[in-house]
Amino acid sequence: MTAQAKEGRPEGAVSTPPSPAPPAIKLVGISKAFGPVQANKDISISVQPGTIHGIIGENGAGKSTLMSILYGFYKADKGDIYISGQKTEIPDSQAAIAAGIGMVFQHFKLVENFSVLENVILGAEDGALLRPSLAKARKSLTELSAEYGLDVDPDAIIEDIGVGMQQRVEILKALYRQAEILILDEPTGVLTPAEADQLFRILDRLRDEGKTIILITHKLREIMEITNTVSVMRRGEMTATVKTSETDPAHLAEMMVGRKVLLRVDKEPAKLGDEVLAVENLQVTDEKGVLRLKGVSLNVRAGEVLGIAGVAGNGQSELLAVLGGMMPGSGTIRVNGQEIDLTGKDSNGQTRRARGIAHVPEDRQTAGLIMEFSAWENIIFGYHTDEQYQSGVLMDNSGIIKLAGEQMDRFDVRPPNPRLSAKNFSGGNQQKIVLAREIERNPDLLLIGQPTRGVDIGAIEFIHKQIIALRDSGKAILLVSVELEEIMSLSDRIAVMFDGHIMGERLPSETDEKELGLLMAGVNEETA
Amino acid sequence: MDKMPAWADAVLVPLISLILAGVLSALVILAIGESPVEAVNYMVKGAFGSTNGWGYTLYYATNFMFTGLAVAVAFHARMFNIGGEGQAMLGGLGVALVCLYIPWPHWSLALIGSITGAAIFGALWAAIPAYLQARRGSHIVITTIMFNFIAFSVLNYVLVNVLKPAGAMDPATAKFPEATHLPTLHDMLAPLGIAFSKSSPANVTLFVALAACVGVYYLIWRTKLGYEIRAYGFSESGAVYAGISPFKIIMVVMLLSGALAGGMAVNNVMGEAERLVMNSVEGAGFIGIAVALMGRSHPFGVFLAAILFGFLYQGGAEMAFWTKIPRELVVVIQALVILFTGALDNMVRMPLEKMFLAMRKKGDA
Amino acid sequence: MDFLTILQVSDSSIRLAVPLLLACLAGLFSERAGIFDIGLEGKMLFAAFFSAAIAYVTGSAWLGLLAGIAGSMLLSALHGVASITFRGNQLISGVAINFLAAGLTVLMAQAWFGQGGRTPQLSGDARFTEITLPFAEALRDVPVIGPIYYELISGHTALVYVAMLCVPLTWWVLYRTRFGLRLRAVGENPAAVDTAGISVIGLRFAAVAIAGILCGIAGAYLATALQANFVKDMSAGRGFIALAALIFAKWKPWPALYATLLFGFLGAVAIRYQNIQIGNFTIPVQFMEALPYILTVVILAGFVGKAIPPRAGGEPYVKER
Repeated sequence: MTAQAKEGRPEGAVSTPPSPAPPAIKLVGISKAFGPVQANKDISISVQPGTIHGIIGENGAGKSTLMSILYGFYKADKGDIYISGQKTEIPDSQAAIAAGIGMVFQHFKLVENFSVLENVILGAEDGALLRPSLAKARKSLTELSAEYGLDVDPDAIIEDIGVGMQQRVEILKALYRQAEILILDEPTGVLTPAEADQLFRILDRLRDEGKTIILITHKLREIMEITNTVSVMRRGEMTATVKTSETDPAHLAEMMVGRKVLLRVDKEPAKLGDEVLAVENLQVTDEKGVLRLKGVSLNVRAGEVLGIAGVAGNGQSELLAVLGGMMPGSGTIRVNGQEIDLTGKDSNGQTRRARGIAHVPEDRQTAGLIMEFSAWENIIFGYHTDEQYQSGVLMDNSGIIKLAGEQMDRFDVRPPNPRLSAKNFSGGNQQKIVLAREIERNPDLLLIGQPTRGVDIGAIEFIHKQIIALRDSGKAILLVSVELEEIMSLSDRIAVMFDGHIMGERLPSETDEKELGLLMAGVNEETA
Repeated sequence: MDKMPAWADAVLVPLISLILAGVLSALVILAIGESPVEAVNYMVKGAFGSTNGWGYTLYYATNFMFTGLAVAVAFHARMFNIGGEGQAMLGGLGVALVCLYIPWPHWSLALIGSITGAAIFGALWAAIPAYLQARRGSHIVITTIMFNFIAFSVLNYVLVNVLKPAGAMDPATAKFPEATHLPTLHDMLAPLGIAFSKSSPANVTLFVALAACVGVYYLIWRTKLGYEIRAYGFSESGAVYAGISPFKIIMVVMLLSGALAGGMAVNNVMGEAERLVMNSVEGAGFIGIAVALMGRSHPFGVFLAAILFGFLYQGGAEMAFWTKIPRELVVVIQALVILFTGALDNMVRMPLEKMFLAMRKKGDA
Repeated sequence: MDFLTILQVSDSSIRLAVPLLLACLAGLFSERAGIFDIGLEGKMLFAAFFSAAIAYVTGSAWLGLLAGIAGSMLLSALHGVASITFRGNQLISGVAINFLAAGLTVLMAQAWFGQGGRTPQLSGDARFTEITLPFAEALRDVPVIGPIYYELISGHTALVYVAMLCVPLTWWVLYRTRFGLRLRAVGENPAAVDTAGISVIGLRFAAVAIAGILCGIAGAYLATALQANFVKDMSAGRGFIALAALIFAKWKPWPALYATLLFGFLGAVAIRYQNIQIGNFTIPVQFMEALPYILTVVILAGFVGKAIPPRAGGEPYVKER
């Protein structure tokens, strides 16, 4: 085990090491390709013991791949790993655990119908029989909980506890295996700001106890708040490693994307028209019987963008789903003054489209597109029953192919080949196919979720311009995004969702990220 | 880019699987001390050496086209309908009722009537598992297996207690009336001056099966219903987004699948036996699985695979007659085809994909 | 029905339940590890042939049992390679295995013994004989308990007692051992097992192998205890009834015993009575035969206590990127 990691101190290790302790982790020349995609290119990095080291980069920059290699989940094509100065082979997770590495994945790796205790001992049992292992783990869990402030009920069943708690179980799993190095992959993605703060306090404490922590994130705020050192990844390469105290968010952002990003979108003031969408007391219960929307009311007028901000999982997805006809709900929704059905067989995507509602869903890979369908089949997806695409009882395939080619040209889809399967386009071009389909129908209302998730910078600008152009042509737009910056720059009005409620509405000119962040955490200072 | 060109996926993969199944079968024949070459000789001669052989081959192939299409249509919506056997049994009941209780003036009308009867009974038998899958989430594979057994009991009860003529011993219906007897290939080809075996069971239903192949092709690839079926098969959440009702797709596709499986009864019950017996389906429902897998769920592929299995069945019977190799060899071949084209698909596919990737790299360089 | 008839029907229920129970437990191990197994039928049939053939050739039922287990495990290995190594469709693999067994057994029997696809009759030590438990004769005349002990509990073959012991053993392995914990985990969330540094492939192969052993015993029981030779298709759908029982039992060991006893009882009644009269109403024998399947569909439909299979069941494990 890496006992010497204990020696390191938070700041001393970075600036003036009392004794030259070897780095907790040193990666030299790591490369990894998945088929033709080079996920990691010749990456070298060294992480000092007793520090929190941030790794930042856009989606798809190769952060998770790199950490999965370190955890033995993938095997690097080239390169060496040194743990506390020792060259170490990590062919599988077993070896990583033996080397004192623990990992908390973005999607937790817990057995849902097992207890906390069973999850903690899984793979780290002391013998062939469970009873002694469980007793020992119970004792050590109590100790670990006290030591690091990680409160959990050892007998709780995973599916009954919240995500914040589940994440603590994941951390406890690593600590129970005596991990000295802890990797966290996008740990705050599913947490509220308050839960995230709590996590950061735990990480602080772990660092004080001498653990080494690697934090993977794409959120600049987290890097600035908690890390000692930060490494930036871009397109599979490590572009820089700097001390956090010597950098600032703008500089980091620039290194992440490779050039200065224009976060503000140029736009004229909104010319408001009539109310297009009016939602009153909307409630939605999901398949498990959990109330996801607890009475949402909002409205969108022609010529404006209403942005819905919030931490993922606070009801935004359900709001889009019920508006788009993918889920039943109760309450009232009016479009252009006319009420629409929220249940029954007349409540579905096709009847919504007939009422002038277009929908760019949050997940284009599982909803917006059929990945195995060609581009031309996708360009009519959801509109495929329209009369214009039929010729007699059959579909007018050649006509659709021609139309698809034209639309792909207009939306700059590359390559502009309608016969190519959707899965063969890049994320940005896939999103452009969806946008082309929905915007070309000239809808009254566009629902758009996570418009730029997993989309490259060039395409982001294009997509943002299209959204603003649609607004300026007098259409109503409801935008859902977990990227606060995107909400701030596109919206004319911002509504913040928390726990199935609208916490409050703000004008972008009269608010800031701090206030919105509080609203996202369920704190409304106006009412408090 | 796709890992493999489309033609390799459609032709090369099933072909290699078939070759593997053939080689293993040859080894099995060698292992029991017989000659594979001799066996193949008898099979080819038996299946294609005479119009009688052809007649049987096409008769079996007709059965397998129906059951193969049934499995293939359901596959497009990612439903694994393993209940073709039971649906074909019930289809037989439909045919028997139509033929026995309606006084048909002419075989052509009786044919339309029995197609309808077979389709309705087959579809109804698929409807319950389909409904349970669509509304209650009960796994279609398990429920259709259970329904095969239940179908057997239902048919047994109906034949023994209801349809068996008084005084008859074996559980079977009376012979269908003369007016419902379908023209055989012999009857149809004679006016054209082609002498076709009089004793072979191939009949006009063959053309119904061919029409079904063409119909399924148009349905799946050229209509909006087919579009919706394929969309649902690839992504359920995508279908919901597009306003396609999963309930509707599951019901429609399974009713269609059941109707196609039931349609087989027109061939074997009305066309061949001319009465309904207990064991009329003879596993053709299960062979449909092999046929659909081999044919890559494409109607043309199903057509070719059905002919292949028709050959195996007729050839296998002849081979068993002339050699010491039991007819069950065909079951082994069938198992191997399902194994290689279905379960071990990746084993065949992965090396091929690597090969094509390497070739492309070379081409790029 | 008098007391003796009840005892005889119960006794016959046990005999018929044993192969179902063993196959059901086989399915339990496999499916709890996330591998659907509709090839139970084929494995049993394969084992029945090998056990009968080897028992005949060697004259030892125990050697026959070993051969049956080996044969069944061969098919298990095939299922493992197809569904674990090559991540194929587990259901299709199961279908293929059923046909493979149906065809190969007849082929081998014909090539080996030349008796039309069956094996010669077994006699003496080549068959499992009934064991009379201690004091069975002595206690026979004690009222109530005596006949129950003599007729019902005593007088079965060794394999019956083995099968009954398998129930608590399965429970203990599943819920009280490290292996059981890991097995249950891999059927629920293989990624959790993988990231904990345990081999998903290894665990699943182990589960499939255990299923092979249990199906092997079940097949041997059919050919060398219940009957005295192998005949074509002698498993007669028992693998599917076992599958039904597994769903009925919601993938738990003790309920598996009750479910298979119930299905065994239905079978025993169907054999003993052609049609059952209840008042003026006649229950046809075909209904009794179909009842296990109908009950399973009802359970599957969730009208009476929904059966929820292991969450990762049927899905090949692929590390996500």
